[in-house]
Order: sequence, then structure tokens, then C-alpha cells
Amino acid sequence: MATDEIVKTDGPAGGARGPHGGGRAPRRTGARSSEGGVLNVFSHGILVLWALMVGVPLLWVLWSAFKDSNGILTDPWGLPTVLHWENWSNAWDEANMGRYFVNTAIVVGGSVVGTMVLGSMAAYVLARFTFPGNRLVYYLFVAGMSFPVFMLVIPLFFVMRDFPGTSLLATYHGLILVYIAYSLPFTVFFMTAFFRTLPTSVAEAAMIDGASHTRTFFQVMLPMAKPGLISIGIFNFLGQWNQYLLPMVLNQQEDKYVLTQGLAMIALQQGYENDWGALMAGMMIAMLPVLVVYAVFQRQVQAGLTAGALK
Amino acid sequence: MQHGKYRFIVGFLAPPLLIYAVFVVSPFVQAFQISMTDWSGLVGTARFVGLDNFVRLWESDEFWNALWHNVSMLAFVPLVTLALGLFFAFMLNVGGRRRKNEVVTGVAGSRFYKFVFFFPQVVSVTIIAVIWFNIYNPDPADGMLNSLLGAVGLDGLQNAWLGEKSLALWCISAVMVWGHVGFYVVLFSAAMASIPRDIYEAALLDGAGRFPTFFRITLPLLWDTVQTGWVYMGIIALDAFALVQIMSVNMGGPDGATDVMPLRLYLTAFRDSQYGYAAAMGVAMLVVTMAFAVLTLRFARRERIEY
Repeated sequence: MATDEIVKTDGPAGGARGPHGGGRAPRRTGARSSEGGVLNVFSHGILVLWALMVGVPLLWVLWSAFKDSNGILTDPWGLPTVLHWENWSNAWDEANMGRYFVNTAIVVGGSVVGTMVLGSMAAYVLARFTFPGNRLVYYLFVAGMSFPVFMLVIPLFFVMRDFPGTSLLATYHGLILVYIAYSLPFTVFFMTAFFRTLPTSVAEAAMIDGASHTRTFFQVMLPMAKPGLISIGIFNFLGQWNQYLLPMVLNQQEDKYVLTQGLAMIALQQGYENDWGALMAGMMIAMLPVLVVYAVFQRQVQAGLTAGALK
Repeated sequence: MQHGKYRFIVGFLAPPLLIYAVFVVSPFVQAFQISMTDWSGLVGTARFVGLDNFVRLWESDEFWNALWHNVSMLAFVPLVTLALGLFFAFMLNVGGRRRKNEVVTGVAGSRFYKFVFFFPQVVSVTIIAVIWFNIYNPDPADGMLNSLLGAVGLDGLQNAWLGEKSLALWCISAVMVWGHVGFYVVLFSAAMASIPRDIYEAALLDGAGRFPTFFRITLPLLWDTVQTGWVYMGIIALDAFALVQIMSVNMGGPDGATDVMPLRLYLTAFRDSQYGYAAAMGVAMLVVTMAFAVLTLRFARRERIEY
């Protein structure tokens, strides 16, 4: 009884006790730590197994990017004997990955900036001002997270094709506008919550000093919202860089293809007569920017992508 | 002052709202309109046909076949993905060797595991599809999975994978599970980290093993997150377009064994130019998705536990 008391007060609160601290009953301690030991080996085994299952296929792309087609097809597990660097230049030039890369960079560059600016403008107004219709507009945006995009692609195709003045199909600005529109629901949802957490006093002080609403927003509130902007910016960058469905439907012109389309075309078109080495190098080229972002911002990426489900 | 405020609100809200209205809200409304026409895409040629497209859909074997595949994945993919996600998250957070003064510890290197597990989330689905297309290569000697099975003496398990009618859909479902487990490991880890340690400690001191602890403490406290995750994963299982389009034999084959609703819709619209009929499929997809979400939230609802 007395030992139990000690353990209880010792466990959570006691910080400076040694490994055998407290008066734990030796038998139970031994039983439990051996359970922990077995579990530890077991859990590491399973975790390592899954890590291999996830990691090896991705690493396979990297080492295959240095092999020739024949080697990839007949000996997929073999490491490259000679480094075929020409895969990379073949991918960039002959498989047009260079052009697709530039197309993707232009579209995603424009749409990420656009999403961030327009999304945080809307979110700021919705978070900080009361006006008739505030809730209506907020829920209109947030509802966009809940229905399948597939349902919209047919009407969207015609909205783009029959756009007053000029068709928006297979244009950079058309794709940028669509990416922005489809990124707004989550961006507005996330940034509205974020702006609500910021203190009001700084903005009020700026207003008293004579700053306009617009100036307060750009010079005071946006800098304060930087952590939120980074998370949502990474989220939008990854989502838009990897976007497949929308360009498939709205961007069916080869010289305007983005990377995902280009890769899918090569993979779908020629099957086994393909230059697989170039395809692997092309996949590496397409993955490199996300890889860098993920390696640098691991914490923000994981927090950003799971934020929607944790609300 | 008041005047300035409203001008500011309108000025800030109008541009995003306009873009959203043109490219999201108006297509949403038009989807219902187009679904009740026989439109083939030419301006001004749409004829109102009422619910004919929906009747046709109801009587279409192809549609039921595709819907059945989505529903099969809906039953299998979220269950396996979330179970694995919970299991790994529990291992990472509670499976560690007992260290001094800590009753409950995570395993060493949990940050590394999370980094690797989460990786497929940031990779484009087209790349994942090409990778797995190669893993499932049916050749007994050259296929990655087949040659691996051969090397460890499991030749009997070698298969044509995506070329095998009874297996193809499960092969594609497995890729979905593979790609999303990491997301749930990270999600559940974050949720587990917010459970106060003393609850675990009290249970372990009372002699509860780790597995009863998981089922009696962790799972009930995570229920809200599990439920949301279930809806997310279900919506992903109701899609599967890119994987099927790139990986499957003859798009949806062999012999329709991997056909899914989004692929039907895509081909009906952009290959066959039957936009009215395809739009009706879109509306049907919305109904199925909404029904799933509502049923999940209705039946999985439990009393929320505050802690």
C-alpha cells in the first residue's frame, strides 16, 4: 500500500529520480519492463518493415533514373552498373520534361501567389468584420471542401471554353484562375481560423495612427499571420504542383502540359517500347521541388496537410 | 468611417468571391442543368430530357459495375488504412522501451518513421501509379513483386496482378492504402500527443497491458479524429480515377474489373461527348458521397469525451 502511494506521486511529478527511483515492487517492474522490451523489438520490426515498403519504391525511382531501359525492365532490382546520366538530358529535352517543368512552374507560381493574396484577403474580412452576409459567404466558401470535384469538371470545361471574349482552355491564366478558385475553400477556412487567433490591439493601434484598412492589412496583419501563411502556402504548393484531374480536363494541348500530364502521357502511350530510363529521370525532375520543400519544412507540411482533419 | 469600412469589405471580398462564383459555384449549379439534357457540347443544341439520363443510368450495367467497385473500395480501403494508421501511431507513441521516469514512451526515431511514412502524401499520384505499375509487372522473372516473391521461395504467390481479373481491383486498393497510411500516422500521433500522460500512467499502474490500454483508452479518446479520418478516406476511395486510369489494363480492365465511377464519367464526357449523361453520373456521385458522409457521421456518433 505504502509503495503504491509513492509510485503514484513519483510517476508523473517526480523528475529527478534515478531509474530505480521510488519504491516500486520489483516483481511488477521487471514484468512490465520486459513486456516493454519485447514490444520494443516487435514495434521496431514492424515499423522498419513499413518504412522499407514505403521507402524502397521511392528510392527505386532514384536508382532507376540512372539505368537504361533494358536494365529497368529485365532487372528492376539491380543497381545501375554504369551511371546513365543521359536519361536526365533525354527526359529534359526529348521527353519535353523541361517544357512541362516551366509550364508547371509558371502556373503554380501564379496560382500559389494568387491563392495566398485573395484567400487571406477574404479570410481577413470574414474573420474581423461584422456585416450582413458574413456567415453566408463563409459557409459558401467552406462548402466547397465537401463535394467531389469530378462532378464539376464537365460544366467547368464549358465555362472555360465559352468564356466571354476568349477561351480559357489550355492557357496559363485560365489554369491559374481555376487553381485559385479550387484552393480558396480550404485557404479561407484555414486563414479565417488563423486571423481570429491574432490579437486585435495591434491593428487598432495602427488604425489610430491613421493607417487605412488596406494598409493595416498589408503592413500589420499579414506579417503577423506569417506562420499560418507558410503552412497554407506549402499546402497549396504541394496540391497544385501535383494536380492531375483539372489540367487533364482543361489543358489538353501538348505544349501547355504540366508535369503530371506529361508523365501520365509517357506512361500511358508507349508501354514497353518506352524509354523507361528517361521516364524515371522525368519523375525525379517532377519530384525534386516537392522533395526539397518536404525535407526543409517537414513539420509544417505534416501540420498543414493534417490541419483540415483535426478541426 | 462606416462608409470606408464597407468599401474596404467589398473591395477585399469581391475578387475572390467572383473567381469562386465563376469557376466553382456556377459549375455546381450547371451540373444539375446539364444532367437533364442530351447535350453533346455544341452551343445551343442542348435539349431538355427531364430525368431520362438518370433512368438510363439506373438501367446501365456498366454504371452499377463501376459503382460496385467504388463501394467495395469504400468498405475496404478506409478500414485497413485507418487500422494501420492507428497501429503505427500507437507503436510510435507508446511502443517504446521504458525509460527512466517515463511510464509511456515513444520509440526512438519516431520523427524519422513519420518522415518516411508520410512521404507518398507529397508525391503526385501519377508518379505513384507509374511506380506501382512497375511493381505489379506480371512477368514472373522481371516483375518487381514477382521476382521478389521468387527470390524468397514464394513462387506460388506469383501472379499477373493487374492482369488478373479477380485481383486487379485489390491491387489498386492496396496502392491507395500504401499512399495514405502515413497521413493517418501523423494525424493520430498528433491527436495521441494531446491525450494527457497521466491517464496512461494511471492505467498502466493499475496493471493494464498496452493493448487493453489502446482499446479502452486511446481509441475512445481519439474517436472524433478517427471519424473525420474515415470520411476523408472514404471520399478518396470513391475517386481512384488517376490510379485506375494509369495502372489498369485498358483503362478499367481487365474486362471492366477495375472500372470506377469517375473513369466512367470521364470517358462518357470527353471520349464519347455525351455530356448530359456524364453530368448525370456526376450528380449520382454527389449523392453517393453525401449519403456516405451523412451515414458515417450519423452512425459513428458517440458521446464526446472531454479531457
